[in-house]
Order: sequence, then C-alpha cells, then structure tokens
Amino acid sequence: MALLEVRDLKVAFTTADGVVQAVRGLSFDVERGSTLAIVGESGSGKSVATQTIAGLTRGAKVTGTARFDGIDLIGADQEVLRGVRGDRIGMIFQDPLSSLHPYYSVGWQIVEMIRAHRDVSKAAAQQRAAELLTLVGIPRATSRIHDYPHQFSGGMRQRVMIAMAMALDPDLLIADEPTTALDVTVQAQVLDVMRSLQERFGTAIILITHDLGVVAEMADEVVVMYAGSVMERAPRRTLFYRNHHPYTEGLLASLPAHGGGGSRLTPIPGAPPSLIGLPPGCPFAPRCHYAFERCWGAKPPLDIVHDDPLHQSACWLPDDAQGRRANLAALTGEGATTSGTIASGTTASGTSVDGATRVGPAASAGVRP
Amino acid sequence: MVRFLIRRLALGILVLWLITVAVFGLFFVAPNNVARALAGRQATPETVAAISHRLGLDQPLWKQYLDFVGNALRGNLGFDYYHQVPVTTILGAALPITISLVLGAALIWLGLGVFNGVISATHPRSFTDRSLTAFSLFFYSTPTFLLGILLLYVLYFRLTLAGHTAFPAGGYAPFSGGLTGWANHLILPWFTLALVSAATYTRLTRASMLDVLGEDYIRTARSKGIRERRVVVRHGLRAALTPIVTQFGIDVGGLLGGVVVTETVFSLPGLGKTAIDAINQQDLPVIIGIVLFASAAVVVANILVDLAYAVLDPRVRLH
Repeated sequence: MALLEVRDLKVAFTTADGVVQAVRGLSFDVERGSTLAIVGESGSGKSVATQTIAGLTRGAKVTGTARFDGIDLIGADQEVLRGVRGDRIGMIFQDPLSSLHPYYSVGWQIVEMIRAHRDVSKAAAQQRAAELLTLVGIPRATSRIHDYPHQFSGGMRQRVMIAMAMALDPDLLIADEPTTALDVTVQAQVLDVMRSLQERFGTAIILITHDLGVVAEMADEVVVMYAGSVMERAPRRTLFYRNHHPYTEGLLASLPAHGGGGSRLTPIPGAPPSLIGLPPGCPFAPRCHYAFERCWGAKPPLDIVHDDPLHQSACWLPDDAQGRRANLAALTGEGATTSGTIASGTTASGTSVDGATRVGPAASAGVRP
Repeated sequence: MVRFLIRRLALGILVLWLITVAVFGLFFVAPNNVARALAGRQATPETVAAISHRLGLDQPLWKQYLDFVGNALRGNLGFDYYHQVPVTTILGAALPITISLVLGAALIWLGLGVFNGVISATHPRSFTDRSLTAFSLFFYSTPTFLLGILLLYVLYFRLTLAGHTAFPAGGYAPFSGGLTGWANHLILPWFTLALVSAATYTRLTRASMLDVLGEDYIRTARSKGIRERRVVVRHGLRAALTPIVTQFGIDVGGLLGGVVVTETVFSLPGLGKTAIDAINQQDLPVIIGIVLFASAAVVVANILVDLAYAVLDPRVRLH
C-alpha cells in the first residue's frame, strides 16, 4: 500500500463569479521514501490539491479520498488532521520570508512545532532545534536559533523552513514550490538539503513546481496538471523522453535547451482557461496544435499509453508517433483535400479520428512544421 | 535607541514650547477683560487698573510670557485669577479623576474592541460578524452626551424610581475612600466613554486580523498542527497588534487632556470640566496649565507608542 493514495479528489470554491472548479478529479499515489513531482502552470490546482489533502483549504467543497497510511484525510476530524499536520506531514512553502513568522525567533518557531506534538521540555526542544538547523547546514546553529527570520538570507530561511518541517521526522514532506522564490545559485543547495534529509529519514516528498529543471533533479514520478486535471502521469525518465500529452510536450519545448544557445524558445500559445464553468472536452484543446473534433466534445480519461502501466495520459491522440503525425497532417492539410480522404487516411493509421477538420481558432495557431 | 529617545524628547519639548506661545498669543489676540470681570460692575477705573496690575496684566506681553516660562521651568504654573490657587494644585486635584476615568474606560474598550474584532475576523461575513459590526456602529454613531444621559436615565433615574439605587447620579469618590465607591461612581462614565470608542477598536482589530490571517505565516502555523486558538492569538493577534497599539496610545494620550463631554454629563471635576470652566472665565493660567498638560500627555503617549513598536516588532528593535 502506498503511503498516500489520492482518488478522484475534487475541490470547488463558491465565489461571487460562480463555482471555481480548482481541482477536477485528481488521483495519484505517493510511495514511502519516493518523490512525486506535481507540475503545472499557476492556477492548475496543484497547490490547492495538496493543501486540501493537509486540511488547510477553507470554505471549499471537497470530494474524493486521500488515504494517508490508512486514514482518509478528506473529511477527517479537525483534531485528527491537526495531529497529522506537522507530525506526520511536514510542509514547506514558496516564500520562506513570508512563511516564517516575523515576530518570533526561528528557534521559538521550531520549538513550538516540536512541543505541539511531543511532550518534551523546552530545553530539549531547543536542543533538537539547534541539531536540525545544523543538519540543514546553518552554521553556529546554537546561537542562531535566537535570531529572527529577517536576519537570515533567502536560502537560509528556506533551510530553516525545511528544518522545521522535518523536525518530527514526518513520513511525507509537501514542498510547495520550495525553490521558486530563491536565487538560482541557492536553489540547487536547497534541493540538496531536501534530498539528503530524504535519504536520511526515508521521507516521501510531494514536490510542487513549475520548474522542469527541478523535476529532472528530484522526481521519481511526475504528475502533470492542467486546469485542475491530470494531463499525464509517468516516471521521470518516461516523461522527459517518451511523453505523450501535447501539454507535456509544450512544457518541455518551452524550456531553454541546456547549453544550446541561440535557438528560440517555443511558448505554449494562449493562457490557461478560467476554472469557472469549464466547457466539456479537453481543457487544453484551445491551446493544442493537435486538437481535433473529438477533443472539443469530451474530456479524455487518464489512460495507459505506450502499453506502459506506469504511464498514463489524458489525451485522445494515438500512441504512436506515426499516427500522431498523420493526425497533425490531417489537421494542417490543404483545404483542397476532402474531409473524406482525411478520414480514411487517419482511420488507416489506426486512430479513432472521424471526419477530422480544423476546429477552433487556436488549432491553427502556431503549428510547427 | 537612546539617541532615538533623546531626539523624540527634544522634539516633544519643542512642541510644548510652541504650544505655550500659541496659547499665550491667542489669549491676548482675543478681546479679554479679566480685570473688568473680577472688579465687578460698579468698579472704578482705578480699581480695574489696580487688579490689572496685581495680576500682572499691565505688563507688556513679552514680559508676561517670559515670567510665565521662567516660573514654569521652576515648576510653578502660576495662580488662577479668581482664587489665587496655584494652577498645579488645580491640576493635581483634577488629574486623578481624569486618569481614573480614561484608564478604566480604555481597559474596557480595548478588551471589548479586540475581543469582538478577533471574533469578527475569524468568522468573516457570518451572522456573528455582522451583529458585532452593527453593535459597534450603533454605539459609534451615538453622541457621547446622549449615551451618557441615556445610561443615567435608565440605570440611575428609572432604577432609583423602581427602588434600586445601584449607581450614583454623578460626581466622584476618590480611590482612597475605597475601591467600591470609586468604581461605583465611575462605571457609567467608563461605559459611556468605552462604548463609543470600542467600535473603532472592533473595526481596527477586525481589519488588521483579516490582513494577518491571510498571511503565509498563518498557513505555516496551521501546517505545523498547532491548535487553532493558538494560531489566532499567538500568531495572528500578536502580529495584528501594531495598529491597535498605535491607536490606543493616541486615544489615551488625547483623552488624558480631559474628557469634556463625559466629565460634564457625570459632573466629574476632571481636567475636561476644569478646562471648560477656566475658558468660560478666561482664566489664562489654568487654561495654559491644562493645555500644557494635555499636550505633554499626547507627546509622551506618542513616544511610548514608538517604544512599543520596538517591543512588539523585532525588525524595529534591531535597526
């Protein structure tokens, strides 16, 4: 049994403008000691989903299950959740300056965390806090526990956050964009700290990020989210080298190539959709080069692709590259071609496309050769 | 920190000096006829001149001012025109009354305002929140004199008619005469003053708490699995206190100079009532004495507020 099994998690907020479907059926597993990366643009629901699992979302309608070591956290009693948070699930956030309380010393904040869950003396907790700070690489920890967050640099603050989140040796660490607010030079150091603590304590990590570089460094498995849904789910290598979903492809294409200067980046055209009253169909269709009629009609389920049970994608496109190219050719084919031939052509290559035509304004935009 | 204090004190003294100049100037710009009033209707010009001379009013203005400052520096604020009582004695008699009134009311409005504000902020847009808002706005928009008279009417007049004398009609019983009598004479004035001010603190606390509760460090506090009450008080309220303390310092400092309306309604001979009487009688030494004290209270309150920042916020403390 996995440490955390999330099934069909849905989170909706009622706002003045309508119901915001922030998370629309999210499922994933996190194995003990492994790292799951959740990737997606801002507003894709990745933070909301994990905060909901930890019971930190307020005023939302939540359905689905999140079994953490046998306990369903969704709809669990507040007191149960409080006991799990901090003790068994540690959390770190994007901006360590605003995430640490400005009026209390870092030692006080770590001690508070320890004493909320363990019946230990202040002195013992303080001792432990100093050990933790040493562990995350803060020099002169015994004197620095009396310092306030603003007396630390950005990278050091995030180390403090990590020390605090790991203080009680949690089974799971939820790291919500832990390096986004940091200088590039300290990002790698912070990731190193996380990794070494993970090895030491055997902690599972859910790493929320939009940085595929961080994913490549850290993740065992990757979930790609878009508009509150999972687009693709795969082990790291598979995702980078045999990805299936056009959104994943777009994310990778918009990365600067390592060391290869000069070439232009390929952005994904358009912007993520509003999460209020989403139309049926694939949420990515309006920005997808490959979108065809079926994409607008029904939302594709998350399904195994490439005959690899670990690799799932929510896309109507065929598995094989050949079929995919045919599909694209069909979409960009000259207007002179009759739709009948396209249909027969695509059917011949084993796809389920019928009567493909160019649909939607974005389908023709930015099509690559 | 010491340099900061010295600078603030010097600035405060400058302000006080400017205020004496202003009050002195204003008093003599306005037509005044203290000697004439003292001498009475039938007095001959000679008598009036003699009184003028005795009070020093025939001296040139600059000389009167210098005499005043010289004496003030030696702790002598002069004597009132009518009974030749030292101004310091008059202030000394009125001050405990005003202090009793203001500090008691301040504790009530602070407690009430902060408590209601925190409840409102932790249940935003709920029925409780809206009721508390309505409650505080009701008292906020009630004029002090009306609230005072209403309290007197219901809790003194009607209650006494019904045979229960719970509260006195007004006046002051010194603290030295017993805690019960002192408090009993002050309860109605306390609530009159406090209910009007509590609204400001309810709204201020609510707004400040709502801001703070949306901060990332509150999410962190919750993610640590500490109890919600502790999250709200130790993490939330602690950070939301700064604007409340500022307002509190300004209000208390301002009110120590005299609570004119409440003191008048409840016949409390505090600084406010003394000031009104002195102004009506053009009793310059008493007016200046009270204005000076009131200004000093504001200046000191502001310095205390600045010091409170340093106590509250480590980021201020260390810079």
